[in-house]
Amino acid sequence: MKIVAVCGMGIGTSVLLKMNAEKALRALDVDADVEAADIGTARGAARMADLVLTSAELVEEIGEVPTEVVVINNFTDVNEITEKLTTFLDK
Amino acid sequence: MTLVERLPETAIRTRALAADWREAIALAGNGLVAQGLTTEEYTAEMVSAVETYGPYIVIAPGFALAHSRPSPAVLGTGFSWVGLSEPVDFGSESNDPVRLVVGLAALDHDAHLAAMSSLAAVLADDAVLDELISAPTPAEVRAILTRVDRADHEGS
Repeated sequence: MKIVAVCGMGIGTSVLLKMNAEKALRALDVDADVEAADIGTARGAARMADLVLTSAELVEEIGEVPTEVVVINNFTDVNEITEKLTTFLDK
Repeated sequence: MTLVERLPETAIRTRALAADWREAIALAGNGLVAQGLTTEEYTAEMVSAVETYGPYIVIAPGFALAHSRPSPAVLGTGFSWVGLSEPVDFGSESNDPVRLVVGLAALDHDAHLAAMSSLAAVLADDAVLDELISAPTPAEVRAILTRVDRADHEGS
């Protein structure tokens, strides 16, 4: 499974989100590849991914993509990420 | 390099006063400039990022990671730390108001990953975060971060 973690600049918040998403995936024992992307490359990256994780402010910026976009409110809360990943995986 | 290794005392401000989110980011920018890591242009870039994309940098309750993309205004990779005496609103729906701003400058997309790991560990612990935000001096902030680092390594 391929996941894209999106932030504005690609060096800060997406890296944190990627790290914590990886932690959540390990806890769920799910095999997935998480890529950190900035808003510029997000749309392209999203097309080749199964899931996009981002903050509420950037959902509009990402716009229409064929992939599900899930909002994470607290990038440092592994529980929130785990819960939302579980919901997505259960579909 | 861990987070504390990237935060000399010159990089840290505690109990700082900022009138609004722009000032809070400017303080974080000053901390980077003081270490010779960025030019003042980068501070403007960090503010511009929020003007363009909104307060997406407020990624956890009370915490903002100020940063912009690698640019000519970035001279080196590193962090700054600003503990605010009064919380400041950034306009974030779920995570306002902000009490701690960490400034980040990176020369490329990988240069700072170990420190980001350190930062993630610190942010994940509410008790430690509270301690850090209320720390009265930069030396105290460094002492807490060092203690957290040590504990992390002993555990692994």
